[in-house]
Amino acid sequence: MRKLKVFFAAALMATGAFSTTAMAEDVPDEVADVKADHSEDGRYFTQYDIPTYNIQADGTVDWPTYSGFRRYHSECHVCHGPEGEGSTYAPALKKSVMTMDYYDFVDVVTNGKQNVSASENLVMPAFGTNPNVMCYLNDIYVYLRARGTDAVPRGRPRKKEPKSDVIRADEKACLGGS
Amino acid sequence: MKRLLIAASMLTLYAGSSYAADLQTMMDDPNQWVIQTGDYKNQRYSELDQINKDNVKDLQVAWTFSTGVLRGHEGSPLVVGDVMYVHTPFPNIVYALDLKNDGKIIWKYEPKQDPNVIPVMCCDTVNRGVAYADGKIILHQADTTVVALDAKTGDVVWSVVNGDPSKGETNTATVMPVKDKVIVGISGGEFGVRGSVTAYSLKDGKKIWRAYSMGPDSDILVDPEKTTVLGKPVGKDSGLNTWEGDQWKIGGGTTWGWYSYDAEENLIYYGTGNPSTWNPTQRPGDNRWSMTIMARDADTGVARWFYQMTPHDEWDYDGINEMILTEQKIDGKDRKLLTHFDRNGFGYTLDRVTGELLVAEKYDPAVNWATEVVMDKNSDQYGRPQVVAKYSTEQNGEDVNSTGICPAALGSKDQQPASYSPKTELFYVPTNHVCMDYEPFHVAYTAGQPYVGATLSMYPAPDSHGGMGNFIAWDNTEGKIKWSIPEQFSVWSGALATAGDVVFYGTLEGYLKAVDSTTGKELYKFKTPSGIIGNVMTYSQGGKQYVAVLSGVGGWAGIGLAAGLTNPNDGLGAVGGYAALSDYTALGGQLTVFSLPN
Repeated sequence: MRKLKVFFAAALMATGAFSTTAMAEDVPDEVADVKADHSEDGRYFTQYDIPTYNIQADGTVDWPTYSGFRRYHSECHVCHGPEGEGSTYAPALKKSVMTMDYYDFVDVVTNGKQNVSASENLVMPAFGTNPNVMCYLNDIYVYLRARGTDAVPRGRPRKKEPKSDVIRADEKACLGGS
Repeated sequence: MKRLLIAASMLTLYAGSSYAADLQTMMDDPNQWVIQTGDYKNQRYSELDQINKDNVKDLQVAWTFSTGVLRGHEGSPLVVGDVMYVHTPFPNIVYALDLKNDGKIIWKYEPKQDPNVIPVMCCDTVNRGVAYADGKIILHQADTTVVALDAKTGDVVWSVVNGDPSKGETNTATVMPVKDKVIVGISGGEFGVRGSVTAYSLKDGKKIWRAYSMGPDSDILVDPEKTTVLGKPVGKDSGLNTWEGDQWKIGGGTTWGWYSYDAEENLIYYGTGNPSTWNPTQRPGDNRWSMTIMARDADTGVARWFYQMTPHDEWDYDGINEMILTEQKIDGKDRKLLTHFDRNGFGYTLDRVTGELLVAEKYDPAVNWATEVVMDKNSDQYGRPQVVAKYSTEQNGEDVNSTGICPAALGSKDQQPASYSPKTELFYVPTNHVCMDYEPFHVAYTAGQPYVGATLSMYPAPDSHGGMGNFIAWDNTEGKIKWSIPEQFSVWSGALATAGDVVFYGTLEGYLKAVDSTTGKELYKFKTPSGIIGNVMTYSQGGKQYVAVLSGVGGWAGIGLAAGLTNPNDGLGAVGGYAALSDYTALGGQLTVFSLPN
């Protein structure tokens, strides 16, 4: 059995370019939990104060999830594929975000990550200085989490909550009024 | 001694033209394939006819070679004499293989490049191959280093840096050697790079001229009185006066496509890319000279004529596709023509001497963003596409999703080069049959960071065969499709036509296909180990004809298609074109060489 496990792990590593998978039981509760516990000015959070999505019964998505859909498909999809599905050379983020700690997600997007070897050339750039990414980091995160749990289907969310005044003001401040 | 000196100086004087004569002679020899495009005309046509439409069904694999690299493999190998040169995507390895000795590796060159260039490259780390000239193999690396290698030993003869990857300047293209120069382009339109073309000395890599796509006249190398657009002088400041403020400095118009050359006119031809950003509201005006076909003097870089296909782009219809040069009759008159299949879905035929527009017709019936290109010389709209308001992402405005636009941003055709057979006078064109929704929004510019500003979703053209591609035969004098082969996926492989009345192309599932050049009837197919985004080439060695192609799925095609494209208006479970490419093929760079049985 042990040998089988090692083989399985090696196989997972070898397919890293296509997907990042881990076993469900390894995921801590803070990472696994996607349930909206409380909200503030149109943004939703889990009981651990981690940003999350909120999808109503009729399919209406919260504004940050919709915003994340847009920003993901501007900044991320040229490597990571449409709707977080992955490409021939970058991992499927809808899977990565389901096993990755929120703070690690923030760290990787801000500072980048490299896995360069004889068999792989995976390089995630640092987006820390890019307001088009950094001002929407939580939006992109909750959108990908909504994709990872299939809470939103592929394609453009059809109904959305309005953008709150606080979100509008924060966005303007973050982009430097541009 | 004196006589020797004179002889030596004559040699030096002569050098410029002799490189050119040698290279032209080598291109004219169908046994070899010495630059990526086969010849200066970009026809991708071979006189070899040992493999023909009657016996191509017997084709079989002669030998194979793994490149050792997994990512998307564009371009093709070269054959110079008995040596084949094979390149790879990043890290841009070059192999010299001995064709007389079962492809034994003569030398291997692997540059050391900072991996930080990888994510600055939009859409995979492809490279469209090396070029041969004057005993050198010229490689243009991802990090924009141009390096000339001794073709015999692989030793570096010279190297020069063309751009700065920390500002988003990278390279995916091949180079074109012309006389004593090497013509070099640049990528980075999605990073706010201002595009340029540069000529370096073939001898030592010294910079000779650089022509930007936009900016002051001294940067874009025009003569305001003599350089023309549709027969009229471009006038002063033509690269500035259709831009607002300093936007031209980050204006795009990159130059990563294929180049062609007419020795008689001494003109090089190429197309410039999309203006930057993808949000049209942030850059009012025509944004000249993005999206432009350019004809420039090979020695000075000064432009003879321009033609802007998509003024003020609103869809990322990046105008870099190849210019194919032919000599044909139009209305009974012999003309020197330039034919170009633009991303915007129009097939253009121009007089390549004067830049006169002769034909502009849609080469995919799905194209809907414009009704026509105005051909009336007296109209104030002469040469301009007539944009349909509901597909105008500018008129619909920021934060509005414009739906059902055909073609998608990847164009009715991307860089994958078409082929022309002088026997049939038809063009064989690998195409995309994909439409999109496009929502532009405001973005901020940060050097070296993506500068996109639009959300896109793409899906197979509606109300059609459900697939995402077609392989078509096109008549450039009439502007008409002669036949069309539906394909499940975009055809992302460069075509090859031969005197054997066969046309070859590859598919994203990995098939090499051979079809009849007159009828389009499929004559042969073979599934190679990975999806094909490389270009088919042919050569002969020891009296035997071979056909070769690189497999290795990736590139732009690997982004959307690996996951499958969706139409948000359809339910899940749609069939045909919606199926994911990953159900058919996996990564892996390999060369497959075909021949007839002995």
